[in-house]
This record gives sequence, C-alpha cells and structure tokens, in this order.
Amino acid sequence: MLKDITIGQYFPGKSVVHRLDPRFKIIITAVFIVALFCADNFLGLAVSCVFLTVSFLISEIPLRLMMKSLKPIVPIILFTTVLNLFFLDGVTFFKLGFIKITYEGLETSAFMIIRIIALIMGSSLLTYTTSPITLTDAIERLLAPLSKIKLPVHELAMMMTIALRFIPTLIEETDKIMSAQKARGADMESGGLLQRAKALTPILIPLFVSAFRRAEELALAMECRCYHGGEGRTRLKQLKSGAADYFALGISFIFLDMVIFLNIIFG
Amino acid sequence: MENIISLENVEFSYPADPDSNEPAKLILKDVSLDIKKGEFVAVLGHNGSGKSTAAKHMNAILVPDKGKVYADGIDTSDENRIFDIRRHVGMVFQNPDNQIVATIVEEDVAFALENMGVEPKEMRQRVDEALKSVGMYEYREHAPHQLSGGQKQRIAIAGIIAMRPDCIVLDEPTAMLDPKGRSEVLKTIRRLNKDYGITIVLITHYMDEAAQADRIVVMDSGKVVMDGVPKDIFSEVELMKSLGLDVPQVTELMYELGKNGFKTDTHIINEEECTEALLKLLK
Repeated sequence: MLKDITIGQYFPGKSVVHRLDPRFKIIITAVFIVALFCADNFLGLAVSCVFLTVSFLISEIPLRLMMKSLKPIVPIILFTTVLNLFFLDGVTFFKLGFIKITYEGLETSAFMIIRIIALIMGSSLLTYTTSPITLTDAIERLLAPLSKIKLPVHELAMMMTIALRFIPTLIEETDKIMSAQKARGADMESGGLLQRAKALTPILIPLFVSAFRRAEELALAMECRCYHGGEGRTRLKQLKSGAADYFALGISFIFLDMVIFLNIIFG
Repeated sequence: MENIISLENVEFSYPADPDSNEPAKLILKDVSLDIKKGEFVAVLGHNGSGKSTAAKHMNAILVPDKGKVYADGIDTSDENRIFDIRRHVGMVFQNPDNQIVATIVEEDVAFALENMGVEPKEMRQRVDEALKSVGMYEYREHAPHQLSGGQKQRIAIAGIIAMRPDCIVLDEPTAMLDPKGRSEVLKTIRRLNKDYGITIVLITHYMDEAAQADRIVVMDSGKVVMDGVPKDIFSEVELMKSLGLDVPQVTELMYELGKNGFKTDTHIINEEECTEALLKLLK
C-alpha cells in the first residue's frame, strides 16, 4: 500500500520544458515569481499569466495535474480572500447588517487570488518537469559559489540525495514493521486521536533504531568508496546548457521588463 | 607470488564499554594471514570468531592494536594513504540496501569515481565496464529500490569494481539474499576472480560457497585455526564440527559411510565426485 508512493511530483516527459537545463529552470521560475510580485496592476499580472500559460502549454503537463497542485492551498486562498473582502475600507459595494464589502476589497481579493494561484502553478511546473535528483543537482551547482563563504553546500545536497534514496527503503520497512506489530495484535485503526498517536510508538521506535543502524553502515560503505566530502569531487553527469536555455531565460526577462514597464505607465 | 594483503600478528579489541566493569575483550588474538594476488580465499567461522573484524583490517577501516597489516604493500596505520588502500582493496557488505548511495544505478556505480575525482569522460567508460562485468548494464537507469536483493548486491559490487581494485573483500554478501540472488552473486564473484584476476576474500556462512574457493581459512575465537585447500579442510569433519561449523552435505555423507565401515574418501566436496564414489561402492 505504501509502496506505490512517488517521491516529489515529477511527471516524466520529453517536452522542451523537460529538457531545459534545470539550473535555468530554477532561475526562470525565480524571475517569474519576481515578476508576479512586482506587478501592481491587473495588466502586469495578465502579462505574467501569459508567460505561465505558454510554458504550461509547451510542457504537455495535463491540466488535471496542475489543478491537483492547487488543492493544498485552497484554505490559504479562502483565508486571504475573507481578510481582504471584509476588512478593507473604501467605497461600499454591498452592505448587509455589519457585513460590508468594498470595491477596493473586491479588487484586492481578486488580485491576490490570481497571484497566489499563478505562484503555485509556476513552482509546480518546475517540480512537474524536473526529477528530484536533477533538481538537487541543479541546486548544488547554483549554490556552489556560496561554499566560498563556508556554507556546506555539498553536504546539504548529499543529505538531500541520501534522503531521496532512502525514502522508499524506509517506507518498505515501515510497512513490514506495521504488519509485524499487527500480527502481534497491535491495534492501529481504532480509538481517538491520542490513542492512535500512542499506537504509533511501537512502529516508530524500531524504525528509528533501524534507520540509525542503516546510517552507520552507509557511512562505512561510503568511506570504503573513498568519500571525503565535496573537495576534489567530479560528477558523472554534467549539466549542459544550450541556446534554448539562454533563449528561455531571455524571454522570461522580457516578460519581467514588460511587467515593470506597465507598472511605470500605470503607476 | 606476491602478497596482496598480509596480517602480521594482529591483535585487536574494541574499546571497553565505559558503563560496565568488564575489560575490553580481545576480538583478534595474534592473527597472521597472507593473501596472494589472484587468490580466491573463503573465510569461515561461527559468529564471534572475529572473521568480520579481520576483514575490516584489510582496508584500514580498523587498525590493529598490535601487529601490522599491509594492503598492497602499504601499512594500514599510515593515515595519509588511507584512500590509496581503499582504492586497491574494496569492500562489499552484507546488506545491499545500506551500501547504495545514489538514486540511480549508474550514479551509484560512479560514486567512488566521483570521490576520486576521475574525469567525467573516463568515468562514463569505467561505469559502463563495471556494470557489464556484473551483468547489470541494462539496468543502469533504474532506481535501486526497483531491483531484487541479488541485483542490488551486484550493483554494490560494480560500485567497487569501478575503482579497479586489485582485491575485493566481501563480508557475507549473500547472507540476506534468496537462493537465486545468492547464486547470481557467487557466479559474479567467481567470474571476477577467473576472468579479471581480482583477488577475492569471501567471508561466508555457507559451506557450498566456501567449497568453490581456492583456499579456506577457518577462524575461531580470534585465531586462525585452519588454513588450506577446501578438500583438506572439509575432510577434517570432526574438527570442523567441534568448531561449530558444517561440512558440505556430500562430505558428511562420505564421512558417515566411512564410520559405518565403508571404504570412502572424505576429500569429496561436490556432487559429481560423490556420485562417482557411490557408484564405485555399489559395484
């Protein structure tokens, strides 16, 4: 049951977006987010959304999947909408008892909703089109200059890789421990929240013990393969950036410029 | 022939537990052992005999308290050359899951080479070669958790082969595998020994695996007690039993027949020889 879990939300494909250099994809996403937050009128927002829509269409990601990524943020959207709708002062649009909705409130709510949805969709597009390993790799290389100021960039990337590698292993193990405890009469499905949380102890303790043992053995195996940190390390897979990457980056900057231009005109 | 690994009067104990009054127990007591280039040596011994500890001395994971260990002629107590030693003497452990670092097979095989700073172009070539030598080339883009235990262990071996070591020490590599995985791994080990000339030190519980080696070393309570070719070792049925070890089934059959008055030879360690001997008896 737990075995079918997929890590991250990578949706394999062969589109242009999938094939872009992951480093550029991260930067382009950052540029897009900056553009979203720079925009202070609907026209600017529309321009950013055009960029998102075009990238989305090229990526061949199903719309259904994109919608799914919005699900967890529904409460946040509702919360900000309510705040903006009811508590902003301005010209009254609608009044019933103590509830008052203003034109300004309506405008700001709509603006925020579009901005949040575009933000989540944009970053989801990155994770849908880039596998977690490639993403980790790209982050390591983008942050590489920071290792000059003693930031443990390589170590962080290594930890992420190992975490990704061991998630399926530990899930399988959890499954096994759960079956073993159930076979001995452990009850995990009934009772209140507190009782259920307590029922997890006999699963978590063996899981932790075994995770520590695994960590120790892994460290030994890594040492046997000459691991000594990031110093002097080379990589099997080299990230290659081509004309398409620079082209995409250029386009994203053009959109950012347009947003800023619109801000100045209407600002 | 040249010695690839030699242990000279090695003595070793793990640090004593500070919470208990018991003194540290000696795990290895005066172990001397030479392993020659190109040999396939099996190390036998029941639990706690010190065989794994001895193995860990072979690539400087542990350093002896007394005595010396030389790996490829390098003293293992020389900390500056620790990576030299580990590149020449690779080690494979029992649980394949806990040895695989990367999320893609080929990247895991490349791990040691990445650490050594090999050029990407050469790395590609060595990774492909290593994967082919263990027969896992088609699986190079799989994720490790999609593979069977035997396949994972072969990936772990490929990760060592990629370093082009002279010697591989395997610490019970088949203990967690099913029979199919065991035979896959053993076949791989034998091929590496025969075709690539890599020295193999195989620590094992299984007598049928040990019977395939050129030489068997038997350890008991921190000492080497027997050392010889499989035929000679297994013919000492009583001594083996007194050490808590078994002999191959066919050897035991010959031994039991001999005890009951038949003229047999306990130097028999495989089925073909056994059938022949039985046929001769029946004539």
